[in-house]
Amino acid sequence: MDGGKMKENAVDMRVKIAGVEWKNPVTTASGTFGSGAEFSEFVDLNKLGAVTTKGVANVPWAGNATPRIAETYGGMMNAVGLQNPGIDLLCERDIPFLRQYDTKIIVNVCGRSEEDYCEVVERLSHEDVDMLEINISCPNVKEGGIAFGQDPKAAEEITKAVKRYARQPVIMKLSPNVTSISEMAKAVEAGGADAVSLINTLTGMKIDIHRRRFVLANKTGGVSGPAIHPVAVRMVYEASHAVKLPVIGMGGIMNAQDAVEMILAGADAVSVGTANFHDPAITMEIAAGIESYMKEYGFAHVSDMVGIVD
Amino acid sequence: MADRKVETVEIISQECLAEGIFSMWIRTKSADLARPGQFLSLYTNDAVKLLPRPVSICEIDKENSSLRIVYRVTGENTGTRQFSKMQAGDTLRILGPLGNGFPLERAKGKRVFLMGGGIGVPPILELAKQMDCERKQIVIGYRDRYTFLEDELKKAGQLYISTEDGSVGTQGNVMDAIRENDLTADVIYACGPAPMLRAIKEFAGKNCIECYISLEERMACGIGACLGCVCRSKEKDSHSNVKNKRICKDGPVFLATEVEI
Repeated sequence: MDGGKMKENAVDMRVKIAGVEWKNPVTTASGTFGSGAEFSEFVDLNKLGAVTTKGVANVPWAGNATPRIAETYGGMMNAVGLQNPGIDLLCERDIPFLRQYDTKIIVNVCGRSEEDYCEVVERLSHEDVDMLEINISCPNVKEGGIAFGQDPKAAEEITKAVKRYARQPVIMKLSPNVTSISEMAKAVEAGGADAVSLINTLTGMKIDIHRRRFVLANKTGGVSGPAIHPVAVRMVYEASHAVKLPVIGMGGIMNAQDAVEMILAGADAVSVGTANFHDPAITMEIAAGIESYMKEYGFAHVSDMVGIVD
Repeated sequence: MADRKVETVEIISQECLAEGIFSMWIRTKSADLARPGQFLSLYTNDAVKLLPRPVSICEIDKENSSLRIVYRVTGENTGTRQFSKMQAGDTLRILGPLGNGFPLERAKGKRVFLMGGGIGVPPILELAKQMDCERKQIVIGYRDRYTFLEDELKKAGQLYISTEDGSVGTQGNVMDAIRENDLTADVIYACGPAPMLRAIKEFAGKNCIECYISLEERMACGIGACLGCVCRSKEKDSHSNVKNKRICKDGPVFLATEVEI
């Protein structure tokens, strides 16, 4: 009977991240997907496990001067500087937009001080969003952001602080620009984080040799894309061994193979970022490709693959 | 509706117009939608050079579903170098048309300057071809005698040329060409390097001329999501909620008085 064969091949794409069930393990990396509206012309958002918004602060931020973007070999750098419209407009415009779709909403939160973060998290506690991702790892803003993401004690403190106000599960987004990613993961776990996501971008620099000046107005920027993928896989592996928390893995995932690799290394779910710039429909293809891989190799559940290469 | 996608298109022809300047015709359904001043994102075939290259549309042939782009090769080992080596029959991934385009309707019954500088010249061609106005004055500037699109532009309107070394037309820049020929206009459309656009904006402001400028910036997504290619705006923008506009989505063409350049 066909039915029997179907059943044999059926795979369960659902994943549970800190108690929230996603229909598949694919979300978008914050900052690469806006609030989803622009990409919705190319991507059926219903086919994503979750949409992670661009980082939002308590008030609008204008971001850095341009140029903000540079291409690098097998990757790119950005120094957007967390330009964002502020939490009020996000709540009024972007959350209702995303709610039209059958996908989970993860709001990425940025700030310059503990109070900034807590104000946004408190505000979001009254909003219809599923999870919060706290960005303590942006290399492109002077105050806040990375200041919390490179010191374990500060990371633990900021986690504790936001957890006091959060009603949704809190994902702490970790920076790779640290000596020990395990130590940082443990610190946010101690602070009460519900999940971790990693990696944010690696700090880089590019110089225009003809004009003899920095390509980015900010001098330095965050490197992303396939060039950093092996670094991300290694760090996801280390972090997933260091803590019991669910891990959302990201960093240079360009296709389903890269996503599967990240899951095998220990990620419970994956975020796709820079690849969206090379192909705006790639997130859907990656979700479908993970499913094909599971069928091919006989995995019934995504969780059956998580961290099995050990 | 998630119905837009990157399209794989066929290259109809490619030729070199001047040193480092290439002209390519592609067959694409997007020709139906294209307007002068809009641009295409061109993707390389591998993720080593992963960002799309924004290239302005030079000519639109709706009848034959084709678009022409004229672009500059920016150096060795670049994406544009890859494109320049492609030949008729090869395929290319593109997305477009993107951006807003020039507001053609503002020209009706007016004396107009259509101004282009360097690699900002190509979008002026389709604009000139489609423009319905009282007096069509095309003012374009090049570095030296290696000009391109000159003959086609001549057919589209009254053509004035400047070159920095004086080898063709007025010696100097497009503003010098306007002064030398004592030209006047009610509306200006311009595309070119930032110093040229600054000079045109200042000229338009002093003479109370309505002026539209097409801006350029390094982009990542090309569709308004990443906020890589913003420009400063005079007023707070309703989308960004700060004084920033997205060149790829809100532009690339802006009313000169709206933006700080």
